[in-house]
Amino acid sequence: MSFLEYQIKTVPGGIRKILYLNWGLVLLLVAVASMGFLMLYSVAGGSLQPWAEPQMKRFAAGLLLMFAIAMVPIWFIRNMAGVAYGISVLLLLAVEFFGEVGMGAQRWIDIGPLRLQPSELMKITLVMMLAAYYDWLDTRKTSRPLWVLIPVALIAVPTALVLIQPNLGTALMLLMGGAAVMFAAGVSLWYFGAVAALGAGAIASLFTLRDTPWQFLHDYQYRRIDTFLDPTTDPLGAGYNIIQAQIALGSGGWSGKGFMQGTQSRLNFLPEKHTDFIFTTLAEEFGFIGAFSLMLLYGLIIFFCLASAIQSKDRFSQLLLIGIGCTFFFYLAVNLSMVMGMAPVVGVPLPFLSYGGSVMLVLMVAFGVVQSAHVHRPR
Amino acid sequence: MRRTARDTEANARKVSRRALFLGGAQAAFIAVLGARMRYMQVEEADKYRLLAEENRINIRLIPPARGLILDRGGRLIAGNQQNYRVVITREETGDVETVLAKLAEVIPLTPEMLDRTRKEMDRRSAFVPIVVADWLRWDDLAAVAVNAPALPGVNPEVGLSRRYPLVGDFAHVVGYVGPVSDADLAELEDPDPLLQIPKFQIGKIGVERWMETDLRGRSGTKRIEVNSVGRVMRELDRQEGVAGADIRLTIDADVQNFVQARLGEESAAAVVMDVANGDLIAVASAPSFDPNLFVRGISQTDYSALIENDHRPLANKSVQGAYPPGSTFKMVTALAALEAGAVTEQTTVHCPGYLEFGGRRFHCWKHGGHGTVALEEALKSSCDVYFYDIAQRAGIDRIAEMGRRLGLGVRHDLPMSAISEGVMPDKAWKRDRHKAEWRIGDTINASIGQGYVLASPLQLAVMTARIASGNAVSPRLVRAIGDREVPVGTIPPLGIAPQHLRAVQGAMVAVMNAQGGTAWASRIADEAMLFAGKTGTSQVRNISASERASGVIKNEQLPWNRRDHALFVGYAPATAPRYAVSVVVEHGGGGSAVAAPIARDAILRALSDGLPPLSAYPANQRTTIETQQKNMKLRKPEPTAAESSRA
Repeated sequence: MSFLEYQIKTVPGGIRKILYLNWGLVLLLVAVASMGFLMLYSVAGGSLQPWAEPQMKRFAAGLLLMFAIAMVPIWFIRNMAGVAYGISVLLLLAVEFFGEVGMGAQRWIDIGPLRLQPSELMKITLVMMLAAYYDWLDTRKTSRPLWVLIPVALIAVPTALVLIQPNLGTALMLLMGGAAVMFAAGVSLWYFGAVAALGAGAIASLFTLRDTPWQFLHDYQYRRIDTFLDPTTDPLGAGYNIIQAQIALGSGGWSGKGFMQGTQSRLNFLPEKHTDFIFTTLAEEFGFIGAFSLMLLYGLIIFFCLASAIQSKDRFSQLLLIGIGCTFFFYLAVNLSMVMGMAPVVGVPLPFLSYGGSVMLVLMVAFGVVQSAHVHRPR
Repeated sequence: MRRTARDTEANARKVSRRALFLGGAQAAFIAVLGARMRYMQVEEADKYRLLAEENRINIRLIPPARGLILDRGGRLIAGNQQNYRVVITREETGDVETVLAKLAEVIPLTPEMLDRTRKEMDRRSAFVPIVVADWLRWDDLAAVAVNAPALPGVNPEVGLSRRYPLVGDFAHVVGYVGPVSDADLAELEDPDPLLQIPKFQIGKIGVERWMETDLRGRSGTKRIEVNSVGRVMRELDRQEGVAGADIRLTIDADVQNFVQARLGEESAAAVVMDVANGDLIAVASAPSFDPNLFVRGISQTDYSALIENDHRPLANKSVQGAYPPGSTFKMVTALAALEAGAVTEQTTVHCPGYLEFGGRRFHCWKHGGHGTVALEEALKSSCDVYFYDIAQRAGIDRIAEMGRRLGLGVRHDLPMSAISEGVMPDKAWKRDRHKAEWRIGDTINASIGQGYVLASPLQLAVMTARIASGNAVSPRLVRAIGDREVPVGTIPPLGIAPQHLRAVQGAMVAVMNAQGGTAWASRIADEAMLFAGKTGTSQVRNISASERASGVIKNEQLPWNRRDHALFVGYAPATAPRYAVSVVVEHGGGGSAVAAPIARDAILRALSDGLPPLSAYPANQRTTIETQQKNMKLRKPEPTAAESSRA
């Protein structure tokens, strides 16, 4: 059942919408972002510059953007999903040809004062597009091969574009975010089982074919995998980041070394301490208590999204909320696994804590959409 | 496209089911992450904490201030001078070339210094300060400080470096310090970690080397926090070390300076020693060199000049040089014969100018001979034949025994480098050393301090002091280490019959104060400072029979390095001996003409408060002495306070 079939009367109108926002979610976001400001202040050696203050300004702007988007009716967003997806793909193509290459091969384009990474935007628009697709699709056709191939293509195009940037982390997240929506939409489990089996087979052959004429990775790529599996084999090279991050994490202990007392981050032993590895500083300075609290807050945010999805009766809203919740989860799951040494270093930021404009902006847009779905849910 | 209500309900339920499944999976994953966090932060925390500490803490040594070396009056011989230098830190500088160019306008910089700086900078991290120039004047340092705004990253600095304000006076006694070499490290069994500090300096020779442990002190440590590239962030705590002990020598810097100046450019050595306690008042060796050159790192040109000089400035001739003592040895022969009872004071010997023995003719220095002489006359006119004779009566073993009793052929332990033991030969020594039997001819040669006998100026001074005092005084160089006075210790008597000593002493007085004595010209006119002594002239070549027949070639006609060594030993005042002196002038010619005047000046300087009073000299020599004193290049009275400060 789609929105047009609901009684629109029951949806709050005008300024009264503000009262119907999910204020609990807003509070959670502010709490997590504040932890981020605190950590950015700390890693700068007790200074608002150069990271904490710009991040605060961005978050404030992001909040306003979120409220603005929350006012937009969810059905309008659904109708714009195709357009948003198209623009995102075009932007990805644009950066491929005109974009600037920075550290770690992330590509961005400058739009006035804004430095936008289309790959970040893509994470949300892809989820929107897939949700709209399954809202439109007759549910009986969901698991038919042809109708499965279309969303696979929708996922594959941006994933391929991001992969050649190259940005393995984002590509992986697009893949998983898309798969999550397809899974929620009810695509047959056989497809997922087949893909999982294929993946396992690929990984198995990757290792069994090593040192044979048929190996399909370069030697240096194998060495990277080795370094991930055992960082101590290259303690001053590629393994350095992982080892130092783990030392920072572990040395935090139960209650941490205290605010601004983290020796690993203050003495620059930590790589990327204000971006991808900011969690290690948090864990070092606030210990297990601090780190686990943050994980609980993240858990609550995801819980809000999923609970909202289950409550909603609108298929688009449901799929969109699940997609956004999962994308958010993938951000932190990949980041945390990476800093804890459970996954290779792929360059995925920690939402709301890592310093960076695009991620912040895209996440606030996403939560704006979440709020819109909440405000405009049929009652 | 209308759907039935039941369809939508069913679909929504399916979505909810799958959402719940996803939520469950996510919760499970977060739980896994949490467990991992707990494992690392709680179970393994200690391991990681240790690793974090190892990451950040370094232990650095603080070098202690090196002990000073002072003369007996507390005057500075070796101090720690503030070494003004300018360092540059690349990361604070910005455009290095511009700043260096500006710096060159402020202080004098050679192209080599700039090259070295650039090279060093390429090698080191950006935050390491690099020395651009050192040993600057205070004015240069001030100029850098004034121009600081135009010179970012350039800082004036003050370090401590060893400095020898008395330049060459103590170069041989005190020696110098230098950077630790691999050889130094290999020599030590358990080297002090301090020695590993780059540019740390240790004593290389002389007192600086042999009293290194006292002078060095103990290092302190500081624990510092470093960041990932090794830059020092802050000091956590420090444990101060113990500064090295100051060493006070027995030497009087003024006397030393006088003696060193008096030796001038001769290749010579002189020792002045207190006969009562063995204190060395002056230990001079000429020519000398500037030990400061070695501290800063001596240039190849300077070093070659020192090495190639045939006067061997680097050798410490006063303790290292072993010379045939010549006639200065005759007191030993005399005492040995007297103590053996072979002769008495009155025993006479006839000197026809030579002694015939075993078909060989041993000449007296005086061609015509001395006629019949007894002990006093024999010493006074230095008759060789008398000693040839009495030496045979005493026998070499008794002479050698007496020589050793008087301090010859014995190593005197002093904190100086390359101390020579000399040679006091006897029958066993020759058998051992030359695998040959001792022959009477050897005894005859030894009786006048030639042949195998070798002694250093220090040993000759000890011998003289022992004859003068009758006690077995030993030389002493260190008066106090830190606050601890070095005790003199008991000085045993020599055990020589007093009348024998008196006979020899009386003869030594006659050498100088009786008309016809070989050192009559170098007597001291002042009765209160009466001088007693003995001249010596030792051959460094063999005089062939044919040369003797045609007349011995005069020293002045020989090339410098074939001329005789001039020696003199003596003590004063003869009535109540205070100081003993020995002088050796290599290839100087005759002992009476060259060595004795130097010895007189030296001992008079030791006995008086300033320059030797002219009244102490015989009236007819005073004008010459006055001119000589005026022309001496003596050091200015005091090093300035700024130079001697320890900081």
